[in-house]
Amino acid sequence: MSILVNEDTRLVVQGITGRDGGFHAKAMKDYGTKVVAGVTPGKGGTDVDGIPVFDSVYEAKAETGADVSIAFVPARFATDAMFEAVEAGLRLVVCVAEGVPTMDMVRVFDFARGRGTRILGPNCPGLISPGEAKVGIMPSASFARGSIGVVSRSGTLTYEIASHTGEYGQSTVVGIGGDPVIGTNFIDCLELFNDDPETKAIVLVGEIGGTDEERAAEWVKQHCRKPVVGFIAGHTAPPGKRMGHAGAIISGGSGTAADKVAALEAAGIEVVYEPQDVAEKLRARL
Amino acid sequence: MKIHEYQAKGIFEQAGIPVPREKVAASQEEAAAVAREIGLPVVVKAQVLVGGRGKAGGVKKVDRAEDVEGVAGRILGMEIKGLKVEKVLVSECADIDREFYVGIIIDRSQRVPVLMASAAGGVEIEQVARETPEKIVKQAIHPGVGLLGFQARNVGMALFGDAGLAGRFAAISRRLYDIFVERDCSLIEINPLVLLSDGELLALDAKINFDDNGLFRHESQAAMRDMSAEEPREVEAKAAGLSYIKLEGNVGCVVNGAGLAMATMDLIKRHGGEPANFLDVGGSSSPDKMVTAMRIILSDPNVRAVLVNIFGGITRCDDIANGLLRAKQEAGIQVPLVARLTGTNEEEARKLLEGTEVTPAATMAEAVKKAVELAGGES
Repeated sequence: MSILVNEDTRLVVQGITGRDGGFHAKAMKDYGTKVVAGVTPGKGGTDVDGIPVFDSVYEAKAETGADVSIAFVPARFATDAMFEAVEAGLRLVVCVAEGVPTMDMVRVFDFARGRGTRILGPNCPGLISPGEAKVGIMPSASFARGSIGVVSRSGTLTYEIASHTGEYGQSTVVGIGGDPVIGTNFIDCLELFNDDPETKAIVLVGEIGGTDEERAAEWVKQHCRKPVVGFIAGHTAPPGKRMGHAGAIISGGSGTAADKVAALEAAGIEVVYEPQDVAEKLRARL
Repeated sequence: MKIHEYQAKGIFEQAGIPVPREKVAASQEEAAAVAREIGLPVVVKAQVLVGGRGKAGGVKKVDRAEDVEGVAGRILGMEIKGLKVEKVLVSECADIDREFYVGIIIDRSQRVPVLMASAAGGVEIEQVARETPEKIVKQAIHPGVGLLGFQARNVGMALFGDAGLAGRFAAISRRLYDIFVERDCSLIEINPLVLLSDGELLALDAKINFDDNGLFRHESQAAMRDMSAEEPREVEAKAAGLSYIKLEGNVGCVVNGAGLAMATMDLIKRHGGEPANFLDVGGSSSPDKMVTAMRIILSDPNVRAVLVNIFGGITRCDDIANGLLRAKQEAGIQVPLVARLTGTNEEEARKLLEGTEVTPAATMAEAVKKAVELAGGES
């Protein structure tokens, strides 16, 4: 078991004929993910590395039974790609692109919520259930099948943290994205990990900006039956500056790392300050 | 992206939101001419992209025509929180009865825009939110239908307790929402929105931040950027596809990924050092990007050592190593370098750096300790 994606996942890659789309479609397929289709309008009938390409997501779904999509299209076209995948009735749509306008995401989220589709991202590395399926851009070698659920707002920091889960390995690692408005948040993932029998403990990787970590802490306090270890990035970030991620900004004195650590600790979450300490804390709690 | 008050007021005026009679001036002579045109008394307001300009003495009321040049001249020479005042707004003096707040932001957890209003105008809304949250009235806005008339009127009634004023407030706030959507704003704010003695509402101040991610479809807005308010190194980095923020410490860092970059800075501090910067080299890193990154970091004279921390996925470690060696050769780097390169092509990278003066490190913690030590801090 794992959450969101597994060995039965049938993936369609939007933007598969692009440079990134083609590269990652192959990498995901090599990993063992069932990449059943690609979509590029106007390129229907061709194939990429043996993966059939369709003109629309609707067609791809009808022909191949795809249920999950990942979009490798530039930010200015990503909104339309997400709308299309939602309208086609996919279960999960992953958006990697960085730079999607916030109001576009507000509209996409609203549209998807009404149709029962989950959006992951944008500005995220995707997700991986090691040994089962990779729907994302992460380096496969950094992950091993196991029992820790990892959820993070970051990309490379997620790889770093996951590499410190020691002998436990990971059930699923989800990068929810660094933008202010994202389709899937910490609580969504915590709920899924909480109900996943394979997941024995959860690592939550947060950063400055917003109050998603605080809300997650409140949820953990009330509902979570599994141990949670937390890490927060951005203790040294100056206020008012956007730290790379559009959502990583301390504004009006709120969203600081200290606030988030305090909220996590108040909820009984063990906070580590160095990535390498994750395994030790997990051992203490498992 | 922030814009100046006078620019935001221009957008308000176009949208039909009432603003005072006023004009921007870049010199004391111009300011005096504007004051003559408007009539005394006037308020002279510094145009800078930071808050707290009133407290810093950047907003002054002038009663006599002969004083305008002097006051405008003093404000134009000022530096407020490190930013030089290049322009002033000369504005008619409004006959204020009461001050209110109205603004629209994105509620990140609800994932919708929210109209916020308060009878505690003229005070920073964050302060009101902290100290007297009950004074803030909020209305979530559905993105499909926008801010509805009755919703805006209800907020207006809560604020004014008067149907006529609530109607005028509703018209203003719905225009604000139109601007917010049409121009891809991340924040739009009137603080204070003033009720004049004659019963009219007026936007005495204006603040608009644009969503950087939306700028690609708003060329005229992108052109409003005030480059004088930006750190030159940050501008150069952005042009090269890097994300750089200067800090006060002496350990420079080059990292791939914003989260890992922040975590690296935090770890430097934890081990007794001070980070000199935030720098995210982004996804696919060509050697060229690395050279630019090193040049930007080393243009900060405080830097005593540079730490390179890469977790390679899309980023190839050998690209980073090659870039590092080229930067070392071309820029003649004097400070010690510590590199921790893990992930894609790390073996190739290790071989490339063998026998060079770059200090290798196997883990993030080890790299941080070495860099802090080499920069002369404790560890």
